[in-house]
Amino acid sequence: MLTIGLGHYLSVAAILFTLGILGIFVNRKNVIVILMSIELMLLAVNINLVAFSIFLHDLGGQVFALLVLTVAAGEAAIGLAILVIYFRNRGTIAVEDINLMKG
Amino acid sequence: MIVQAIAFYLFAAVTVGSAFLVITAKNPVHSVLFLILAFFNAAALFVLMGAEFIAMILVIVYVGAVAVLFLFVVMMLDINFVELRQGFQQYLPFGLLIGAILLVELILILAGSIAAPDALAPAASPAPSLDQVTNTHALGAVLYTKYIYLFQGAGLVLLVAMIGAIVLTHRKREGVKKQDSFAQFARRREEAVELKKVEPGQGIQ
Repeated sequence: MLTIGLGHYLSVAAILFTLGILGIFVNRKNVIVILMSIELMLLAVNINLVAFSIFLHDLGGQVFALLVLTVAAGEAAIGLAILVIYFRNRGTIAVEDINLMKG
Repeated sequence: MIVQAIAFYLFAAVTVGSAFLVITAKNPVHSVLFLILAFFNAAALFVLMGAEFIAMILVIVYVGAVAVLFLFVVMMLDINFVELRQGFQQYLPFGLLIGAILLVELILILAGSIAAPDALAPAASPAPSLDQVTNTHALGAVLYTKYIYLFQGAGLVLLVAMIGAIVLTHRKREGVKKQDSFAQFARRREEAVELKKVEPGQGIQ
C-alpha cells in the first residue's frame, strides 16, 4: 500500500479514462464538454505511457507521450475552430442540431 | 517512502476528483477550470514518477494552450448552457453502466496480467540512470537522434493544425478599411491629379 508501484499509476489512469467515457455519455448535448472529456482520456493514456516508460526503464514511452500530447493539442485547436465556425453559421452548438450531413 | 505515498494519494485523489467535476459541473467555465486543476495534478504525478520533462510540457501545452483555448471558446460563444444540460439524468444510468463495465474490465486486466520476464529485457531505448543524466537530457538524446522522424512528423501535425485552424476561422469582412499597398502602388498620376484652369475672381467648380 505504501510502496507506490506501476499498478497505482495504472489504476489512476484507468479511473481517469472511465471518467472521460462517462463524461461523453452524460454530456451528450454539449460538444465543448465532450471535447474536454476526450482531453481527459488522452491524459489517462499519457499517464499509462509515462508510467510504463518509467517502470520499464525505456524512454520510448515518454517520446510517445510527447507525440500524443502534440496530437491532442492539434485536435483541440481544429475541433474548437470547427465549433466556432459552426456557431457563426448556425447560431447553436447543440449536438442533435448538427445534422446537416444526415449522418 | 511514506512521503511519496502521501504525495501520490493526494495528487491522484485531486486529479480524479477534479476530473469528476469536469464532467459534472453545471457551468462549462468551471469545467475548464477543473480541467486545468486536473492537468496540474497529473503533472505533479509525472514529477513524482521522475518524468520531469513531460510534466513541464504538460503544464505548458495543456494548461497554457489547450485549456486557455477552451476557456476562450467557452466565453466567446454566447450559448445557453442550461438548455444543453437537459437530459443529464436521462443519460446518467446508461453512462454509469458503460463506465462501470469498462472500469471493471480495466481493473481485471490490471490484476490478472503478469509480465513475461523476457518481455522486459530488451528496452527499445533504455533509460540511463538518473544519477548520470537528467530526464530531460536523456529524452533529448533519443528524441533528436533515434526518433527524429517522429519528431518532424509531430511538427508537421502541429503545422497542419495551425494552418487548418486559421483557414477555418479566417473570414473576409466587408466595410473594414485596411491598407492596400498594391492599390497604392498602382495609382497613376493621371487618376490622382487634375490640372484646372482657374479664372481670376471665380474660384473652382
